[in-house]
Amino acid sequence: MNAMSQQRKVYGLGAEFNSAADLMEAAEKIRDKGFSKWDVHTPFPVHGMDKAMGLGKSWLSSIVFVGGLTGLLTGVALTTVPSFALYPIIVHGKPYSWPTIPAFFPIIFELTVLLSALTTVGSMFLLNQLPKWYHPVFNWDRFKKVTDDGFFIVIEARDSKFSETRTKVLLQELGGSNVTLIHD
Amino acid sequence: MEKSGVTLETPVDLKRPPLVDHNRSLSWITDKVSDIVEQPTPKWWLLALCFTVPIALMGLVCIIYQISNGVGVWGENHPNGWAWDITNFVFWIGIGHAGTLISAVLFLTRQKWRTSINRAAEAMTLFAVVCAGIFPAIHIGRFWNAYFLAPVPNANGIWPNFRSPLLWDVFAVSTYFTVSVLFWFVGLIPDLATLRDRSKSRIGRFMYGIFALGWRGSNRHWRHYEMAYLLLAGLSTPLVLSVHSIVSFDFATSVLPGWHTTIFPPYFVAGAIFGGFAMVLTIMLPAALIFPQLGDLITRQHVDKMAKIILLTGSIVGYAYLMELFVAWYGANKFESFTFFRARAAFDGTGWYQWAYWIMMFCNVISPQIFWFKKMRTNYIVVFIVAQFVNVGMWFERFTIIVTSLAQDYLPSSWGHYAPSLTEKLTFIGTFGIFLTLFLLFMRFLPMIAISEVKLVTPEADPHRGHDKH
Repeated sequence: MNAMSQQRKVYGLGAEFNSAADLMEAAEKIRDKGFSKWDVHTPFPVHGMDKAMGLGKSWLSSIVFVGGLTGLLTGVALTTVPSFALYPIIVHGKPYSWPTIPAFFPIIFELTVLLSALTTVGSMFLLNQLPKWYHPVFNWDRFKKVTDDGFFIVIEARDSKFSETRTKVLLQELGGSNVTLIHD
Repeated sequence: MEKSGVTLETPVDLKRPPLVDHNRSLSWITDKVSDIVEQPTPKWWLLALCFTVPIALMGLVCIIYQISNGVGVWGENHPNGWAWDITNFVFWIGIGHAGTLISAVLFLTRQKWRTSINRAAEAMTLFAVVCAGIFPAIHIGRFWNAYFLAPVPNANGIWPNFRSPLLWDVFAVSTYFTVSVLFWFVGLIPDLATLRDRSKSRIGRFMYGIFALGWRGSNRHWRHYEMAYLLLAGLSTPLVLSVHSIVSFDFATSVLPGWHTTIFPPYFVAGAIFGGFAMVLTIMLPAALIFPQLGDLITRQHVDKMAKIILLTGSIVGYAYLMELFVAWYGANKFESFTFFRARAAFDGTGWYQWAYWIMMFCNVISPQIFWFKKMRTNYIVVFIVAQFVNVGMWFERFTIIVTSLAQDYLPSSWGHYAPSLTEKLTFIGTFGIFLTLFLLFMRFLPMIAISEVKLVTPEADPHRGHDKH
């Protein structure tokens, strides 16, 4: 560790684990110890990890419901207002009264899907605070393995239960290797 | 696993074959897929580009020629107002549907084998939709007025007809393209992060880094990410069904014999998936040949399953063809029976495009029946040949539907022959150049296989592995 990094603020402690199974077991113990500002980093989503970390179901879907509803209402307004009020068109002598609204369903449906999909991706980025091109964990050399075959736990220094020495011992006891202090 | 106290073990002889052969490790998967992007530019790739880029440019020249001279440079004329342009549009948009089926429908139905082919299939979808979009845009004639299609308030106070299937198409195709791009990009983020972390060059780190958005594999991110992926799959599934249904409405809502049928939406969707899987095989089999290191990821099992889907959808299409003939006979509408039995099948030699109908019948209905045999489904050469038959057959299906109905409809006095002009032919060939060029660029610069998703289906990814107490 060089002099420069010693002056910088400590972000947290990171530990590496051998497999998804080991990581999950460690995560359960850290959850039971009552830590809150910590995270698990994996190359793929480990199923069951949300429970092991004490996280509930993502509530992204409820935001998407609102987005979809907006799309639906936009579709209804976009098709009915011009067709009935602004610019009624009679084509081939076909009817243009209110029973023709099923002809608007395709456009209403497509706009519902479009707005739902845009909301899904947009709110996923918002909830995850992405893009975020700088993050302290990237300062840790070994962390590069997270997109290959590395399994990591990072406990943040701002957690009330965090202590540079005791948390380090805890991570080692849980089977973590290369326990490292990460600087901001 | 729920704590039920009962352990269910799959009998050994019913166990599914592994999805990744030879029990490869996680880093093996990362290495082999990233290696395609990281190795020095291969010669075959440059040679292939030397072949596809001129074809794509030729297509672009034809498009510019058509825009600057008008639709008169095409062979289309009354009564064949639609011909190659809409045939090509439906052909390309249909191809795209297999990619969405693999990425969305197979995801919802938990078909884990999709993981090693979904990325390339989704890319194929995007590029096919790009090719499809060209045709309706330029066939309107006054390309610079294409924005009239969008419901934007303009200076003349004119609004489009919201009851028209052609406007539904505008919404369906643009929504489909947007959602496909989103789905593809969301899937790419973790793999772009992999390339960012492996990249040795500054420019690679920068470019992949920008698009990876700072992904760090955090479980708090994966939680929302997986929900987003599930929602996108759930949204894309009805979307893909709606897109080709709406494309079929272009025909089905008209009064032309041969078009005005209620079977069109399901028949078009089945046909789209059928033709799309053929195109997936057309590009994946050569890719498997060029990158033998991917042999453990794209296995015979995958080809076998895709061949089964071709057999299933091909048989649905065959059923639809026969049902159309049955209804033409049973419905006792003389115009409809004329279209099917005399203009298309031409049992009495009246039809001008009889050859197109029978090419379609042979390629789409007869040729995939060979896939009833497992030996044929796992033979790459047979599969590739049948896939080519299907590509040809599906193009002729659209040609048959469009041209035979228009060329010979109600009154013999208003019949008219159609033959494509050179510009039309070269434009269509040009779209293949555009499609292949885009696909070659994709292969070279982006991970062709969804790395993080394949890892998820390996035994190593099981969080309960070796821990029986869970």
